[in-house]
Amino acid sequence: MGIRERLSGNEAAAIAMKQINPDVVAAFPITPSTEIPQYFSTFVNNGTVDTEFVAVESEHSAMTACIGAESAGARAMTATSANGLSLMWEMIYIASSLRLPIVMSLVNRAVSGPLNIHNDHSDAMGVRDSGWIMLFSENNQEAYDNLLMAHKIAEHKDVLLPLMVCQDGFITSHSIENIELLEDETVKAFVGTYKPEHYLLNRMEPIAIGPLDLQAYLFEHKYQQSVAMKNAKKVILDVAKEFEELTGRKYSFFEEYKLEDAEIAIVCMNSTAGTTKYVVDNLREKGIKAGLLKLRVFRPFPAEEIAKALSGLKAVAILDKADSLNSAGGALFEDVTSAMYVNKYQVTMCNYIYGIGGRDVSARDIESVYTDLQKIVSDGNLDNPYRYLGLREN
Amino acid sequence: MSENINIHTPASKLTIGGNIYEAGNAKEFKTGDWRSVKPIYLSEKCKQCGLCFPVCPDDAIPVNKEQKREDFNYDYCKGCGVCARVCPFKAIEMKEEGGNK
Amino acid sequence: MAYNLKEVIAEKPSRFTSGHRMCAGCGAPVVGRMVLRALKKEDHAVISCATGCMEVSTFIYPYTSWTDSFIHTAFECAAANSAGAEAAYKSLKRQGKLPEDEHTKFITFGGDGGTYDIGLQSLSGAMERGHDMVYVCYDNGAYMNTGIQRSSATPKFADTTTTPAGTVIPGKMQARKDLSKIMVGHHIPYVAQTAPLSNFKDLYEKSEKAIYTEGPAFLNVLAPCPRGWGYPTDMLMDIIKLAVETCYWPLYEVIDGKYKINYKPKNKLPIEEFLKPQRRFKHMFKPGNEWMIEEFQKEVDSRWQELLDLEEITNRELNAE
Repeated sequence: MGIRERLSGNEAAAIAMKQINPDVVAAFPITPSTEIPQYFSTFVNNGTVDTEFVAVESEHSAMTACIGAESAGARAMTATSANGLSLMWEMIYIASSLRLPIVMSLVNRAVSGPLNIHNDHSDAMGVRDSGWIMLFSENNQEAYDNLLMAHKIAEHKDVLLPLMVCQDGFITSHSIENIELLEDETVKAFVGTYKPEHYLLNRMEPIAIGPLDLQAYLFEHKYQQSVAMKNAKKVILDVAKEFEELTGRKYSFFEEYKLEDAEIAIVCMNSTAGTTKYVVDNLREKGIKAGLLKLRVFRPFPAEEIAKALSGLKAVAILDKADSLNSAGGALFEDVTSAMYVNKYQVTMCNYIYGIGGRDVSARDIESVYTDLQKIVSDGNLDNPYRYLGLREN
Repeated sequence: MSENINIHTPASKLTIGGNIYEAGNAKEFKTGDWRSVKPIYLSEKCKQCGLCFPVCPDDAIPVNKEQKREDFNYDYCKGCGVCARVCPFKAIEMKEEGGNK
Repeated sequence: MAYNLKEVIAEKPSRFTSGHRMCAGCGAPVVGRMVLRALKKEDHAVISCATGCMEVSTFIYPYTSWTDSFIHTAFECAAANSAGAEAAYKSLKRQGKLPEDEHTKFITFGGDGGTYDIGLQSLSGAMERGHDMVYVCYDNGAYMNTGIQRSSATPKFADTTTTPAGTVIPGKMQARKDLSKIMVGHHIPYVAQTAPLSNFKDLYEKSEKAIYTEGPAFLNVLAPCPRGWGYPTDMLMDIIKLAVETCYWPLYEVIDGKYKINYKPKNKLPIEEFLKPQRRFKHMFKPGNEWMIEEFQKEVDSRWQELLDLEEITNRELNAE
């Protein structure tokens, strides 16, 4: 039933979009995500999809047009990277506050400045508190699978939140790898049709969206978003289960790779997990009890589950592909350590800022992190929790 | 719906995103108390020319199916006086609102 | 069918209800309500509105003054909202997901700040892409909602809160942007400049044309602000009339590139007539500031002449050779 193919991450995302067949796609060119709307516009112009493609004049308008389309009663999708997401920022918050289940492919790239077109996660980290569900993908297969699951999660009546599927720019988006695709009809049946309860184009029930929401109401409306994000946790797991039954591919909040009996571990997201798995395998052969926690669901943040999964370790390194520039570690580090504290687990943890602006991260780099962790365990001492990997410091 | 939404409504009972599913319900919100001067309609002078029909920012001049205006809707009239000024027949007089209500 | 004001008002119910919180005597609701009256009774509209007076006063949770579907998101992107909704309509219609015989029209409102300035890019994009929508700018010549700051639509020398009439710099020193002509430059099928005047024929008919012309259309509508301009609230219609009679705000339309001036005053009034009743121009009437009025008059005259020339040029029969 699966179709074996060889595709880049961007192609995989475009194929997923083709199979989802959204009503509207609005997008603006930016490296490295631009191939997605390029491939997709070919589907549009060849009549393969029913989509109305809006080639907007900016990313701000891309997200605004998605908001207009989704609130009109359509399924709307977009794709962007880095500065494109930065320009959308205002509308990103509005999309989630209006409770519109828009789905976006975010091909992660460094946010300017200075200008750099290569991968890191500074774009995604800039919207981590915007009320979007954020799924990360290790490779093209996961980027594809996450997109197929996206609408079922976002459009669920207990959720109604926008969702972004992240993949690493160039590393995943432009690398051709093996992938297993589903049949078009299978995807169609799995994703289902979009049936919003209230929408602008329903002339039988004209509605008003986007009020001036003053002191008496905004707090409660924000709380509703928070509740929806909490609800998303169960829905994400339910949809993953359904997807597993269909494909045999198993997804959860995160993947625990040789973590069960591990003494030292790395926590990271996206493509670095692939390199880390390779290093873990090598270390295991040497008898070193190394493991990995690859986070898939960054928002909602599965704090309790992560804390539990890491509770038995001796030392953990959290890898952040974006620097928060706050002298207290990256965003993922802060979230994980806070989860540990709140859940009353005391495990030594350190942070590595790495891969900024597409700085190559080799197996040797990752191995050095495990070596550091071994030393931290043997010394029983962590001198500096805020570290950099692959940086020329002095 | 809007009668069920007030400053005491808990989050679980508010519409999501601040959506309103009852178009035009602002009619429930009266703005007449903004007024410091009040237009008085002198029907005997009115020639039903229609010039005042469209100038009211607050749609407070009811016009019936016979294409004739009726007395002001003071629930909404804010007392701007535009209608009185456009009337060629002096059929609208502006009067100070009397004291405290 | 000939325009009949009384019939229009009696037959077509208001789609912009009372209970909104625009100031007493505001020009914007008068404009908005008449534009929407140009819709056919049986047609539904999706209205998008930029952040600004008209939005924050008409949709304060939990009350909306709009009887059609309405969306507001942010300041600079009302046109993109409409574009997205219109794309959804096209797509759903094509897929047979909406009734074939029912029509929805897409109407966007923005003030001059949200249109001439911060929203210009999204407006330009939407017009260029050819969405079937109307963009209506209600031009009150400054950022009134935030407290009368200058915009690129603010007339020269106007006293605003960011261009105060000071002792060294006497108000705004730049001339206003000619947005209507910028929109003509998009080669869209319909552009018009209008105002609510006497029996509202000009505004109604242009709204009707804009709404029922296929493709993008743009209306620039003068909508005076008693608070920002500084005139008594009851003078709304007088001020508009003076704007038109002085040729400060000419009424014209451009259909498929051809200009048509809809009103040419027989006796063009001097610009003082328009300036004098407004507090924002008060300093121009101080002794020694006569040059300001002269300069203002010159600008009005040259723009009016340019318009007359454009009408002539664009309607000239092409030579056979």
